[in-house]
Amino acid sequence: MLSTYLIVKIVIILVLFLVTLGMAAYSTYGERKVAAFLQDRLGPNRAGPFGLLQPLADGVKMFMKEEIIPNTSDKAIFILGPSIFMVTALLTSAVIPWGPDIHIDGQAYPLQVADINIALLYLFGIVSLGVYGIMLGGWASNNKYSLLGAVRASSQMISYELAMGLSIVGILMYTGSLSLRDIVAQQQGFHWNVFYQPVGFVIFLICAFAEANRAPFDLAECETELIGGFHTEYSSMKLGLFLFAEYIHMFVSSAVIACLFFGGYDFPFIDKLGLSPNVFAVVGVVILFAKIIFFIFFFMWVRWTIPRFRYDQLMKLGWQILIPLGLANIFITGGWLTLKNYLNW
Amino acid sequence: MILTTFYILSAIAIVCALMVVLSKNPVHSVLYLVTCFFAFSGHYILMNAQFLAVVNIIVYAGAIMVLFLFVVMMLNLNKQNQLDKSNVARLASVIGAGALLLIIVASVKSAELDILGVTQLGELGTVQAIGKELFSTYLLPFEISSVLLFSAIVGAILLGKKEI
Repeated sequence: MLSTYLIVKIVIILVLFLVTLGMAAYSTYGERKVAAFLQDRLGPNRAGPFGLLQPLADGVKMFMKEEIIPNTSDKAIFILGPSIFMVTALLTSAVIPWGPDIHIDGQAYPLQVADINIALLYLFGIVSLGVYGIMLGGWASNNKYSLLGAVRASSQMISYELAMGLSIVGILMYTGSLSLRDIVAQQQGFHWNVFYQPVGFVIFLICAFAEANRAPFDLAECETELIGGFHTEYSSMKLGLFLFAEYIHMFVSSAVIACLFFGGYDFPFIDKLGLSPNVFAVVGVVILFAKIIFFIFFFMWVRWTIPRFRYDQLMKLGWQILIPLGLANIFITGGWLTLKNYLNW
Repeated sequence: MILTTFYILSAIAIVCALMVVLSKNPVHSVLYLVTCFFAFSGHYILMNAQFLAVVNIIVYAGAIMVLFLFVVMMLNLNKQNQLDKSNVARLASVIGAGALLLIIVASVKSAELDILGVTQLGELGTVQAIGKELFSTYLLPFEISSVLLFSAIVGAILLGKKEI
């Protein structure tokens, strides 16, 4: 029994890994197509039909380019930087419930790598480690622009982590669980958290942009001021890892947003269709991925629509607007829950 | 299985702790310290204290050490601009470290090794259990430490800002 369990877990991990990489690769294609669409251009259309092989060509290009490590850099840490960034980006997908249970031989297997009862805290732990990749990479390059980018990135990520943590306390208060699986299960039947916690959702979304270093908060790699920011000195696949990890971040953030606020694999009236459990699981996965793709599109849409923030505006938004708003949200949710208990609704 | 993991984690923790002191480069020291914290988190998980493990990573590895790294990077410490230490400072650090060693030896001596008890902790380390304990048995120390932290925040703002 244990061996079947292990095999299923290993299969899930492998599939998840490949799907994450695939999604990230095609997000780069999607980004360029969306950008082209928004700017009334065609976008990549040379490699394969509709340019569909473009990510492959980009990957080959990244691998074939010359590898340059600056000789004034701290070599070990210079290599460690992009590795940590990539690993932390990949680790977060472990606690996300990708769909309803699948049934093999009457045995239910959850489509999730690890159902731990501290899933949300785990997520925050890993996110807070992501900053090491940028900081170490930027510092080890021994370049002032890299260092400035790294410093910006780390102070930005630390500031927005706080607001991000506060934004989900409201959900925790009435879900009563830190497990993402429980949170998704409670939203089944169109009781999506976004209807109950709209303020929390907006704060979380803004913080997700900041944590993923995406425009309008991509000051760490602000081209007009810092050349390339923290990855100025990187070349070849190490640069590729930094860029690629950003898309993985985007994919995982979208998955977390879908799970926390949009019911995960839930869709209105799906339980009325009378599907068999395994078909139900597949439909659930498809629905979750539709939501994820929508949010990835949203990330791109915002990037090509809204101009970059100035640094003081970024800090002001984080500390003076989002954090007080998050605290107020906690108080209001607490008051509402107390009232609900008091009136016995 | 648990014992093997324990030994591996302990080895990592001890080696990294030594490297924190021994490595010449302050940035490397910080990184070894982070690895050390990870080993500690592993120990907490072995003791079924998942909440403590994750909070250790979030607070120490994720926030405090990032600030350490921040400061070390900004100062860019290296051999050339290191201050010469006077004999008084050396004597003081030897006495301080010796006193710490005395305390550690004393506490280790009186501690009892109870591996069985550790694995029988069960649900004690989960979020619910810790939350209930904090808000019932240890309510007063919990509140007092929060007031202490609050005063530290106010003090930091007072020191950091010239005009209020």
